[in-house]
Amino acid sequence: MEVIKIKGTEDTPNVILDAESNIIEFSGRSLPEDVVTFYAPVLQWIEEYAKSPNPKTEVIFRLEYFNTASSKILLDILLKFEDILNEGNEVVVQWYFQEDDEDMQEAGEEYSEIVDIPFEMHSY
Amino acid sequence: MENVDYMKLVYEFHNEMLANKFTLVYEGEITHQITKAFTSLAENKMDSYSEDASMKKKVFHVMVECLQNLSKHAEDYENPDGKGFSGNGIFIVGRLGNDNQDYHVLTGNAVENAKVPELKALLEKINQLDKDGLKELFKKQMREGSLSDKGGAGLGLIDIARKTGEKLEYNFVEIDDKTSFFLLRTIISRK
Repeated sequence: MEVIKIKGTEDTPNVILDAESNIIEFSGRSLPEDVVTFYAPVLQWIEEYAKSPNPKTEVIFRLEYFNTASSKILLDILLKFEDILNEGNEVVVQWYFQEDDEDMQEAGEEYSEIVDIPFEMHSY
Repeated sequence: MENVDYMKLVYEFHNEMLANKFTLVYEGEITHQITKAFTSLAENKMDSYSEDASMKKKVFHVMVECLQNLSKHAEDYENPDGKGFSGNGIFIVGRLGNDNQDYHVLTGNAVENAKVPELKALLEKINQLDKDGLKELFKKQMREGSLSDKGGAGLGLIDIARKTGEKLEYNFVEIDDKTSFFLLRTIISRK
């Protein structure tokens, strides 16, 4: 399956989508000019991945900052992984936040309340 | 002589800005590039006097959401005669003159009168809710809302209220029978 690696900038995140190495990771900042366009290939990739997912999928979020438009898309991403979980696969979200970043911690907790995927919270 | 008057006005404006601690004033088209420039300017400025990290984050966040609101919603109004505020807005960031050195962010943009009641209702609702209420509203909007074609999620104002823990101050000034000018002021307090 196609590997997507997007290098982060000051307003877009680092994205790694690599089914073979089993790495799915979002890190950095997300406040793109156009969230829909930026995340369209990501959502498309996950839809492809859902057709034959790895037995265990770990989704890593190590975001420093995201705006509210991105927060909506992140939920869409998580809902796609929830579908994969509901198909009988194992899915875990690894949510990283900076030690004193309560907002990022809370954001992770809120997502974990909305979707059925188990979240593991890590401060760094 | 007109020139001298103009220069004097600039000087007065400069003094006015210092007196009111406006650190940034902008009037014009708000684009993504402008948003990026302003937020990094504010970050550098706050770094220069070693602003507290959580304060920095809050100011950054409010600026981003306010500027993106302007860039998304100020476009909604097309003035048929080409005048007015189409796509434009005013944006001010300043520090309050109190000992706590709180910040405030002000935005102003034209909105169609037809959209005012809905916007007012949202603002009133936000201001009535406490921390938990805002959290629930945010989650509800995130689940049930959809992104507009401009990429707005309808979450910005809710999130500003959540992150700052302050009521949103706002005012609508009617320009004519079609348009009003919407002013929004957010305080970012040190607490």
